[in-house]
Amino acid sequence: MPRLTAGERHTVRFTLNGRAVEAQAEPRMLLTDFLRHELGATGTHVGCEHGVCGACTVEIDGVPARSCLTLAVQTDGASIRTVEGLAPEPGRLSVLQEAFRRHHALQCGFCTAGILMSLDNYLRRQPNPSEHELREFLGGHICRCTGYVPIVAAAMDAARRLRESPSDV
Amino acid sequence: MSAANSSTQWCGQSVERVEDAALLTGRGRFIDDLATKPGTLHAAILRSPHGHARLAAIRTDAARALPGIAAVLTGDDIRKLSASLVVGVKAPVECWPIATDRVRYVGEPVAVVVATSRYIAEDALDLIEVDYDTLPAIVDPVAALNPTQPVLHDGLKSNLASERTFRYGEPEEAFTEAAHRIAVTIRYPRNSCTPMETYGLVAEYDPGEDAYDVLANFMGPFSLHAVMARALKVPGNRFRLRTPPDSGGSFGVKQGVFPYIVLMGVAARVTGQPVKWIEDRLEHLAASVSATNRVTTLKAAVDSDGRVRALDWDQLEDVGAHIRAPEPATLYRMHGNLTGAYDIRHVSVRNRVVLTNKTPTGLNRGFGGPQVYYALERLMQRIAVELKLDPVEVIRRNLIPSGAFPYRTATGALLDSGDYVKAFGLALQDGGFAELRQRQATARAEGRLYGIGLTAAVEPSVSNMGYITTVLTPDERRKAGPKNGAQATATISLDPLGGVTVHVSSVPQGQGHRTVLAQIVADDLGLKPSDIRVVTDFDSARDAWSIASGNYSSRFAAAVGGAAKLASGKIKAKLARTAAAQLNVAADDIEFAGGKVRARGNPDNALPFSRLAATSHWSPGLVPEENQALRETAFWSPTQLTAPTEGDEINSSLCHGFIFDFCGVEIDRVTGAARIDKYVTMHDCGTILHPGMVAGQVTGGFAHAVGAALYEEYAYGDDGSFLTGTFADYLVPTTMEVPAPVILHYETPSPFTPLGAKGVGEGNCMSTPVCLANAVADALGLDAIDLPLTPAKLAAHIHGAESTPPQQERPALAAGKGRALHGAGEAHVNASADAVWRMLLDPNTLATIIPGAHGVEKLSDTHFRADVTLGVGPVTGRYKADIRLSDLDAPRAVTLTGIVTGALGDARGAGRITLTPDEAGTRVAYDYDAAIGGKVASIGGRLLDGAAKVVIRQFFAALVRHTGGAPAKRGLFARLFGRDT
Amino acid sequence: MKPARFDYIRAADLAEAHDALAEYGNDARVIAGGQTLMPMLSMRLVRPKVVVDIMHLPALRGIEAGGNGIRIGAGVRQAELLAWPGLAEHLPLLNAALPWVGHAQTRSRGTVCGSAAHADPSAEIPLCLLALGATIELSSRRGRRRVPAADFFTGMMTTARAENELIEAVHIPGKQAGSGCAFKEFGRRHGDFAIVACAAIVTAASVRLAVGGVADKPVLRDFAIDDGKPLDEALDAFAWALDARDDLHATGRYRRELVRQMGRDTIEEARRCHA
Repeated sequence: MPRLTAGERHTVRFTLNGRAVEAQAEPRMLLTDFLRHELGATGTHVGCEHGVCGACTVEIDGVPARSCLTLAVQTDGASIRTVEGLAPEPGRLSVLQEAFRRHHALQCGFCTAGILMSLDNYLRRQPNPSEHELREFLGGHICRCTGYVPIVAAAMDAARRLRESPSDV
Repeated sequence: MSAANSSTQWCGQSVERVEDAALLTGRGRFIDDLATKPGTLHAAILRSPHGHARLAAIRTDAARALPGIAAVLTGDDIRKLSASLVVGVKAPVECWPIATDRVRYVGEPVAVVVATSRYIAEDALDLIEVDYDTLPAIVDPVAALNPTQPVLHDGLKSNLASERTFRYGEPEEAFTEAAHRIAVTIRYPRNSCTPMETYGLVAEYDPGEDAYDVLANFMGPFSLHAVMARALKVPGNRFRLRTPPDSGGSFGVKQGVFPYIVLMGVAARVTGQPVKWIEDRLEHLAASVSATNRVTTLKAAVDSDGRVRALDWDQLEDVGAHIRAPEPATLYRMHGNLTGAYDIRHVSVRNRVVLTNKTPTGLNRGFGGPQVYYALERLMQRIAVELKLDPVEVIRRNLIPSGAFPYRTATGALLDSGDYVKAFGLALQDGGFAELRQRQATARAEGRLYGIGLTAAVEPSVSNMGYITTVLTPDERRKAGPKNGAQATATISLDPLGGVTVHVSSVPQGQGHRTVLAQIVADDLGLKPSDIRVVTDFDSARDAWSIASGNYSSRFAAAVGGAAKLASGKIKAKLARTAAAQLNVAADDIEFAGGKVRARGNPDNALPFSRLAATSHWSPGLVPEENQALRETAFWSPTQLTAPTEGDEINSSLCHGFIFDFCGVEIDRVTGAARIDKYVTMHDCGTILHPGMVAGQVTGGFAHAVGAALYEEYAYGDDGSFLTGTFADYLVPTTMEVPAPVILHYETPSPFTPLGAKGVGEGNCMSTPVCLANAVADALGLDAIDLPLTPAKLAAHIHGAESTPPQQERPALAAGKGRALHGAGEAHVNASADAVWRMLLDPNTLATIIPGAHGVEKLSDTHFRADVTLGVGPVTGRYKADIRLSDLDAPRAVTLTGIVTGALGDARGAGRITLTPDEAGTRVAYDYDAAIGGKVASIGGRLLDGAAKVVIRQFFAALVRHTGGAPAKRGLFARLFGRDT
Repeated sequence: MKPARFDYIRAADLAEAHDALAEYGNDARVIAGGQTLMPMLSMRLVRPKVVVDIMHLPALRGIEAGGNGIRIGAGVRQAELLAWPGLAEHLPLLNAALPWVGHAQTRSRGTVCGSAAHADPSAEIPLCLLALGATIELSSRRGRRRVPAADFFTGMMTTARAENELIEAVHIPGKQAGSGCAFKEFGRRHGDFAIVACAAIVTAASVRLAVGGVADKPVLRDFAIDDGKPLDEALDAFAWALDARDDLHATGRYRRELVRQMGRDTIEEARRCHA
């Protein structure tokens, strides 16, 4: 894709949760809109569209990133993971998702997808965080419901369980 | 026959939420996640950049001509097809969802574009040209009352929209007799709970039936359904309002989507297609709803032992630009509770409602409570300080005594249950108050700034739909007819396989209603929560609902949960009679347990619940009519919620929880930052149905309160510009800013609710801001302190007097003047003063030196117009500049006044330029004041000052260039303005 | 809140990027990590005709440590630099400052050079580049030049980059033997733009303090060690010279006081680190 013309729609292809997908996007289309409205992956939510709230966080090529601060065309050829790809199989939750449910770490659930994507990535890189480290990392997200206390508890609990049974997901 | 004697009681357990699996896997169904009909159009809204201006002209031709645009609607178009929103006070004012003659706040809708995509709709917004005749903006509520100020609404004589005075007991005598009179004046700021999901809706219109069908993440109260239907000029049954299954938080705020429902309903009617609108975050921050800001003077008549005999409230409520329904409810929601948790029998009140050029206000978590308790609890601390008493003792001596419940307050609330003295004592003991005092003593001994704050509060829940009529006089109320009560509804239906479904009109936004209702009904019917399916998406055409329906005033646990219990009881009674016939026992001897319906004392004589529940589907002929059990709806309105009395006493809420908080806060001596060292919060919220969710409501409310106390403010400039238009300036606390509070409980079930439960979700929004402020006041020894408690504000009390600037380091620019910009500077040019003077007055020269000018039009010798492209770094935009010269003193000085307007914002300013001949040419000095408004002020406030400096320097650099001075090249500014390096 | 229309060029090599910049000049915007550009596009504060993506140029991806210091290419993300094993040894100041840059979720995409290009007066990376005496490597179809950070940052979001130039890399001198450094910042919330940020570098012969968040660009001052003037006096003079202003989050007076007190604390910490 050397040059994509404004106002026209161009094919963007990438891997979404392990599956090859493609759809059409104008150069200006945000990745959030592309995921949600072109690919139908509505689990990623839009909270501010200026990179502060973290609700739209997805994993792009192995790192957590704001999908609202990304153009769809930038991700052509990338590998993207979203909340729809977190559970190991339908009807079963990941260790992290389970911990969130157990600790009531979500209320409205709108910001949750972004927080899960951040934490899923983080706990793989940092399996044994201190509470302070974890809070600092979660500082890139805004949740208006929980007051964060149960989110921190769920993340610490998930980290412990993942350390104890590293083969779990 | 109750489930209490079965082994499992689901209520009271923190069961996992039924909502969570979908939300955790990305399968939530929020408004913008749902499919729309093919052909659905997308709307975007052009909004006012001004706080106050007359709409002179709106040109939409270019926008309409853009491919993909279906319609561009202005106030005139909306007026033709709708009516003004009903206003809640007796005043001749209108309230439209879009500006019609004037704009009265930054963010007020001016035009609606409907297009094939949101992207294209926003392209069209750029093409709409609006001529605004700006008017002086009124931001300060006290100043708004000044008769010299402009009046915001033509129908009103002043900006005072409502005034009432009240008198309960014998306040004058108490003030005369008491040993002390102690007062506080507080200015409570604006803020909002900003849910993570913004407003969203899809509106459709059916011309065949003249009916609207709107799906919106509205939250109630459904009294607003009537307001919307009337605005759309259809009967209530032709305005079908539905909500999506999930809603991403509200905290009251999503009440405010209702004007947009009207606006987009009209847009759908005009375009003949469904119209979808999803609010973006900038729109939300500028123009959704804000909590009210309020100026309160509260006086107390106090005995020497700290006992308060009487209160005198003077509340000035700022509802912003319109009295939009349900305002002025914020001011009256707490009317029955103006004495807080205290036994005070004499009260006088003056309530005034004022209009200003700010966003209209509305529901926000705490709704009136934060404003009231900030005054009341600051006062209690002042009483302790002024009378040299222990603040703990001042609270203890004034608490409503144990055994006094139900307790009728002076202003009319009936406090349902509690033992405040006991809960207070337990909190001090179990929360470690003595240790906290030791911690403070240690900190102070080390020279640290450490304070302790206390707050007692009553948390009202389940609002009386009649409380708002307290704003009317008894005479006006008689004419309008009494308003009272709060209908809660719940429906239980049985399906042909014996499954149980519960429908409620509670419209949750994350509070877990589906889980708790399943617990309640499971307990009642002897089932497991997983046997019960709960539906909470609302449909006004199908559901049982009333004006009180919705998710506000913390009414779920007490009212909706109770109604579900009653509905379940109705169906259960019928099933029991059918079972009794089949099991050959008396109906009173039937019990529901373990998925069975059985004879008490003989568990083998039993029927499976599902088989019994299906009976009326499959074998109605076997069931007498009075026992037919398919679907039961319970309506419940508590009898205690009566209309205001002739004496203006109002039981504004059904339930009243008790809260006692204390905290320790340390202030950093360098930065002034407040750190919450410890926070303890004691709650009596009656019977706890789900401890995990109650904890979530407390920690969530606490986080909102920490934001309101320390970080968040919807700030406005003096010119009405809105300054906190992004999440980078409206500072919502993150996990780094919110500590975990210690939560304690003391349960006294409410005798007025079916389950004994009370609300709990709003309390900390009421108690915590003032508790933290009391701690900060204690730490710094302050008499008065207003929110938010920003580091710079607190540091001003710590840093002491500042050094005088050393002469050689005196800044080029004077210190800032509030939020206006002020600057000064100078440049040397290689030309005589006469030559420079001629340049400044010559349009051709101006065209070359005004940054980015595309030609300058000379309207007179001293009046010029130009199209300019201005930019700072990558941020460039095209503007119209109107420049006038005045106070000419050739060739020495001239004043240059300019107004620059464009899509990114507008600036107006004046600068004095002085020319002084020196050895090699002329020294050109300038000194300016400017104010910047519009989009850039809202979203880039942090950078404005520097940006203005850049543009002004560009002008002078060009002037220097033009006169053959130093060529403009790298480092030019550094040499010109040597102090800036 | 959607961007206006633009063309998108995914540059395959430097020449393509240079050509686009030469053709479009100020109507072109380079996107690397996009963490600053994207909100400006979505708010329509910036409306380029073309957006040039340089993240697929292998030449820009590396961090190279050599005799003359460390070269950080324009494609290097902040998180990559933070994870670079040589960071603490060679660039201890950036090691201390990078965790203050936004959040982990934005550092993962945002680039070091992108922050320099944007030149936000409160940003940490420009402040460090200034303090460390870094140079910015600019290239265009016409050639290549290196500009000292002190000359590169010219004001609010403005730099010495010509509109046809691309920032290819920044060059930072490695840690001077025997020097100590420290970084301190105060913002309203963790991860916010700095109200005041201080970077100090101390050697046996010099004390240097650079301050961000106060003036319209980061500003540096070298304090003479033996001119007999107490440090506090010099800091007071520096604080006044910075022309601090009031804004929504803090007053000018407050910023000056933080420069005095936090500046001193930062220098003292650098001294401890030096000792």
